[in-house]
Amino acid sequence: MEKTNSDAEHIVKSYDDELQRLGALIVRMGGLAESQLASAIQSVVQRNSDLAQQVIEADLQVDNLEDSIGNFTTRLFALRQPMAVDLRFILASLKISADIERIGDYAKNVAKRAIVLNQHPQAEVVHGVRRMGTIVQGMIKEVLDAYIERDLPMAMAVWQRDHEVDQLYNSLFRELLTYMMEDPRTITAGTHLMFMAKNIERIGDLTTNVAENVYYIVKGTHLDAARPKGDDTSLLLGPETPPVSTGTEVGSSS
Amino acid sequence: MTLAEAQAPATRAVPARVKIVVRDVTVHYGEKQALFDVNLDIAANEVTSFIGPSGCGKSTFLRCMNRMNDVIDGCRVGGEIKLDGVDIYRSGLDPVLLRARVGMVFQKPNPFPKSIFDNVAYGPRIHGLASTKDELNAIVQQSLERAGLWNEVKDRLLSPGTGLSGGQQQRLCIARAIAVSPEVVLMDEPCSALDPIATARIEELIDELRRDYTIIIVTHSMQQAARVSQTTAFFHLGYLVEHGETEKIFTSPDDQRTQDYITGRFG
Repeated sequence: MEKTNSDAEHIVKSYDDELQRLGALIVRMGGLAESQLASAIQSVVQRNSDLAQQVIEADLQVDNLEDSIGNFTTRLFALRQPMAVDLRFILASLKISADIERIGDYAKNVAKRAIVLNQHPQAEVVHGVRRMGTIVQGMIKEVLDAYIERDLPMAMAVWQRDHEVDQLYNSLFRELLTYMMEDPRTITAGTHLMFMAKNIERIGDLTTNVAENVYYIVKGTHLDAARPKGDDTSLLLGPETPPVSTGTEVGSSS
Repeated sequence: MTLAEAQAPATRAVPARVKIVVRDVTVHYGEKQALFDVNLDIAANEVTSFIGPSGCGKSTFLRCMNRMNDVIDGCRVGGEIKLDGVDIYRSGLDPVLLRARVGMVFQKPNPFPKSIFDNVAYGPRIHGLASTKDELNAIVQQSLERAGLWNEVKDRLLSPGTGLSGGQQQRLCIARAIAVSPEVVLMDEPCSALDPIATARIEELIDELRRDYTIIIVTHSMQQAARVSQTTAFFHLGYLVEHGETEKIFTSPDDQRTQDYITGRFG
C-alpha cells in the first residue's frame, strides 16, 4: 500500500510549514549543486578558468546549506518528534543533504582540475566529459523533482539511468588510455580528464543514493535490489602487454 | 550490546507465546456500540500498547481483559477473550479471582487511605497468599522492591500511602498490583498525571516487569508507546485498525488512518 497520499494537513499548521521549508531547502541546495556541476563542465569545455574559480568559491554556499539543513532537521526531530512518513521524510532529507554536499565537492574538484587543464592544449576527449556531465546534470534535476513530488517511478528512472553514465565512463576511460598512449605528452591532461570523468561518475552514483532515499520516503522500506553496476574499469587491463594496473579507485577527494 | 541486538532492538528472539486470545469482541453501552469485532493475540512477557484518539475504545477494550466493564450498567460484552485458553467470560468464573491474575493500574494514582505497608499487603491478605507475618512482610518488601520504591519508603512503611509524591504513589499502586502475583498487568495511562522523571521511572519499571508479566498499556503518548512496547495496536472509532510490531507501526504503518493519527493529521 502506498503511503504517500497524506494530503491531509497537520493539526499544527506550523509543522506543515516547517516540512515544506525543509523540502524547499533541499531543492535549493540540489539546484545549487546542479548549477555548480554545469558551470564546472562549462569551465572545462570553454576553457574558462575564471568560471572554474567561481565554482570553487561557490562550493561554500552548498556546504552552508548542508549546515542549515542539519540544524533544521535536528530542530524538527527535537520539537516535533516526527512519526511515520514525516519521520522518513525528515530523516531522508538529512541524508540527501549529505549526498548533495558530496556532489558539490565533486563539482568543485572538476573545476579545480579545469584550471590545470586549461594550461594544456585542448583535448578532443573533453566532449565525452561534457556528455557525461549533461546526463548527470539531468539526473540531479529529475531526482530532486522526484523527491519533492514523492514520485517513485521518476526516482527509479534516475536510479536506472546511472547505468548509462557508467557505460559512458567506461568508454571514456578506454578512449583516454588510448589517447595518452598515442602521445605521452597528453598524459597530464588525460589524467585530469580521467579524474573529472570519475568525479562525474561518482555524482551519478550519489543521485542514485538520493533516489533510494525517495524510495524510502514513499515505501517505508529500503530498496534492497542491487543497482545495475556498470563501472568495470577496475577490472580493465591496458591494451598493451604486459598489462598495467589501472588503479581507478582514487580521485574522489575535493 | 551485541551487533544483532543493535540492529534489531525491538524484535523478538523467539516467537512469542500467546497469553490472551481475543476473538470478535464487541462492546455495547446500552444502545451504543463502543467496540466492533476486535481480534487480537496478546503475547506473553511483552508490552502491548493501545493507542488511538479519545473515545476510540482502547480503554473500553482494556477493561474487557479483567471484566472491569461488568460493573458498568448496560454494558454488554460479546465475543471471546481467552486467558491461557480459558474464556474469562464463561459462567462460574469468579471476576475477583480473575482480577488477581489480571491486575490493573489506573491513570490517577489511587492508593487506599492506609499505610504504605497495608496498601501492598491488602491483596495478599484478602487472597490469603501469606500464612505468616514473615511471609507477608516478605511479599510486601519484594513487591516494593520490584516497583522500585523500597529504598524510598522502607523507613516509613507505616505512614500513609497518600503522603507520597504522585510518582511514588503510582509506583505504590504498581507494587499493590503485583503483590498478588498477577500474570497480566493492565495499565490505563499510568503516566499521564506524572512529571517526566516519574514517567521515566515507571517506563523503566515496565521494561523490568515484562520479564515476569504480560503488560498491556493504554497511552496517549505515542513516544511512550514507541519506547516501552513491543507490539502496538491502533484503535479508531471502535475498530482495531492496525496492530503489529511497534517499530513498524511508528515508522511505516500500513493503514492511512494510523499514519494520519500518529503524524498528527487527524482534523
